[in-house]
Amino acid sequence: MFSWLEKNPFFFAVGVFVVIAFAGLIEIVPDFAQQSRPVVGAKPYSLLELAGRQVYIKDSCNACHSQLIRPFKSETDRYGMYSLNGEYAYDRPFLWGSKRTGPDLHRVGNYRTSDWHANHMWEPTSVVPGSIMPAYKHMFKNVADLETAYAEALTVKKVFNVPYDKDLNGDGKVDVPLGSFEQAKQRALQYALKVAEETKRQDLVDMVKQGKVPEIVALIAYLNRLK
Amino acid sequence: MQNPAIEYDYTVAKWFSYLAILFGIIGMGIGVWIAFELAFPELNYVAGQYSLFSRLRPIHTNTVAFGFTLSGIFATWYYVGQRVLKVSMAESKFLMAVGKLHFWLYFIGALLAVGSLLLRYTTSKEYAQFEWPFDIVVVLIWVLWGISIFGLIGIRREKTLYISLWYYIATFLGVAMLYLFNNMEVPTYLITGMGDPFHSVSMYAGTNDAMVQWWYGHNAVAFVFTVPIIAMIYYYLPKESGQPVYSYKLSLLSFWGLMFVYLWAGGHHLIYSTVPDWMQTMGSVFSVILILPSWGSALNMLLTMKGEWGQLKENPLIKFMVLASTFYMLSTLEGPIQSIKSVNALAHFTDWIPGHVHDGTLGWVGFMIIAAIMHMAPRFYKREIYSKKLLEMQFWLQTTGIVLYFSSMWIAGITQGMMWRAVDQYGNLAYSFIDTVTVLHPYYTLRGIGGLFYFIGLFMWAYNFYKTMTASKAIEKEPQFASPMAA
Repeated sequence: MFSWLEKNPFFFAVGVFVVIAFAGLIEIVPDFAQQSRPVVGAKPYSLLELAGRQVYIKDSCNACHSQLIRPFKSETDRYGMYSLNGEYAYDRPFLWGSKRTGPDLHRVGNYRTSDWHANHMWEPTSVVPGSIMPAYKHMFKNVADLETAYAEALTVKKVFNVPYDKDLNGDGKVDVPLGSFEQAKQRALQYALKVAEETKRQDLVDMVKQGKVPEIVALIAYLNRLK
Repeated sequence: MQNPAIEYDYTVAKWFSYLAILFGIIGMGIGVWIAFELAFPELNYVAGQYSLFSRLRPIHTNTVAFGFTLSGIFATWYYVGQRVLKVSMAESKFLMAVGKLHFWLYFIGALLAVGSLLLRYTTSKEYAQFEWPFDIVVVLIWVLWGISIFGLIGIRREKTLYISLWYYIATFLGVAMLYLFNNMEVPTYLITGMGDPFHSVSMYAGTNDAMVQWWYGHNAVAFVFTVPIIAMIYYYLPKESGQPVYSYKLSLLSFWGLMFVYLWAGGHHLIYSTVPDWMQTMGSVFSVILILPSWGSALNMLLTMKGEWGQLKENPLIKFMVLASTFYMLSTLEGPIQSIKSVNALAHFTDWIPGHVHDGTLGWVGFMIIAAIMHMAPRFYKREIYSKKLLEMQFWLQTTGIVLYFSSMWIAGITQGMMWRAVDQYGNLAYSFIDTVTVLHPYYTLRGIGGLFYFIGLFMWAYNFYKTMTASKAIEKEPQFASPMAA
């Protein structure tokens, strides 16, 4: 059979394809639907958080930081409760990372504050002596792209039915409002002002008051949300 | 030598060889730089935000995997393909045009894609960072390569496909399937008409995204760093040594075994994550089984040298290829060990993983491409290799570099993994995270030095190649086996 295949490239290629293709089918397809289910209480990201998540991706924070706490005592002691599948239901893409040059961040919102993050991203060694993480000062000047964040939120709402503008827990209130871009932007600016004030940096507060959200503020809003 | 009338056309093979050297130097140069950034963080700021570790790391991985390695794969395809099919590219104007178009689209596409990463356009998925417009370019490049492969096969004189061709075909199919499925993303601008036109959002969420990503990520390693490199060694080692392949049956077993087993092993990247337990176990088990076909190929190559080990002393190209097979064996034993759950619990997220990747890529992929291109050089230019001595020096310098690299990363990884889990007498964590970072400084430094050795070796390679092309002694006819070299 093999010597026949080696003289018939078409069937050879078909054979190879069949042999390599079905592992993916068997491993990925069976649990696909079940793994898409959100855990109770999981909510989509608000506009500002999503903009911050885009900053996290743009600067490849995931090159050094994981967002996956494994079920070992040494990890739950250090980072908190181990990660659950349903917590990631609105993560597109997933940001588990593959290398911890720095610590895990999946629940960093539980034990770091906005001003800690601002100081840390401005000069990491000022809060963590010996840190090898570089400063990310450009995030303090760059303006977060709320429009692209809105485009992403609207896309996942339309295409994947991510529950924006919906009452998730049955209390009669919308949990994560999105609405029009103007509405969403106003809400993001209010939220950003609160975060900027928490950082205790006047330059950030001033920028937000001018209607521009610095990337660092969006990023901190995202990090605070990781709990 | 059945048909001495065939004049093979190496135009495209030459172009891709230049590109392999160029991208090798750029990609590994960035690698050395970011290695030193971890040891000396001030280096992060030499070019403002553009030299930050996190910005450069994806550029390093993409340039080396899809710049250096793919160029090497294409260069060898445009050489080996013609020779084992006994047909010249010059016989078909169409295939010649496709080959040239393939090259230029690839070159321009690669530059644009790297530029986009520098400007922060990334999807964040490892080895699949390019945003959707560049993904489309990648698909076009791949289709052109497919036309080239199957076009040449279509007009072949030699009816039976040689082993190397099996692997090139598998590379083409495997990467096509993986790349398409992992890069399924929705461009947000097309849906909403707002925001950045380059931005997209993944079709898969959370755990599913992770599963698809590591099904891809692991098998991108399979079909870029393994399968096509085996294609090369099955051609170049027998050719350079003048020895027939040791066993046809072993090559059959290894090929179909590798095809069947490799795809299952992706789950080993997700052990103790939130993917289903059965899948983690499958990933683990199949990784161990993967030793069989991997070692099958490697042993087949080593046994090809049976009775001819003297050549190892005489011929630096044989040295490169034999050590490449050996590193392949090391790497394919190390990988399965790391896939065992209890070992993975320690090794995952540590520097042992980059250590593992690099003994494979530097030792196996890098050495094989270096040897292949130096084997082709005398055939390209009808000149002998400029300097055997320089090639020898390069070999030893780079081998030392690799050993420094992986041994320092082994120590670093295991040290860090042990420190993360260490507890004091009351059961409290013994170290804060930063303790486990500062302790790595000497190993990071050593790793940088190892990388630097390898990097210097690349310049020796480039110089030797350039001199072979321009200033070496001419030879009358194409050498059949061992490449002629000036001392």
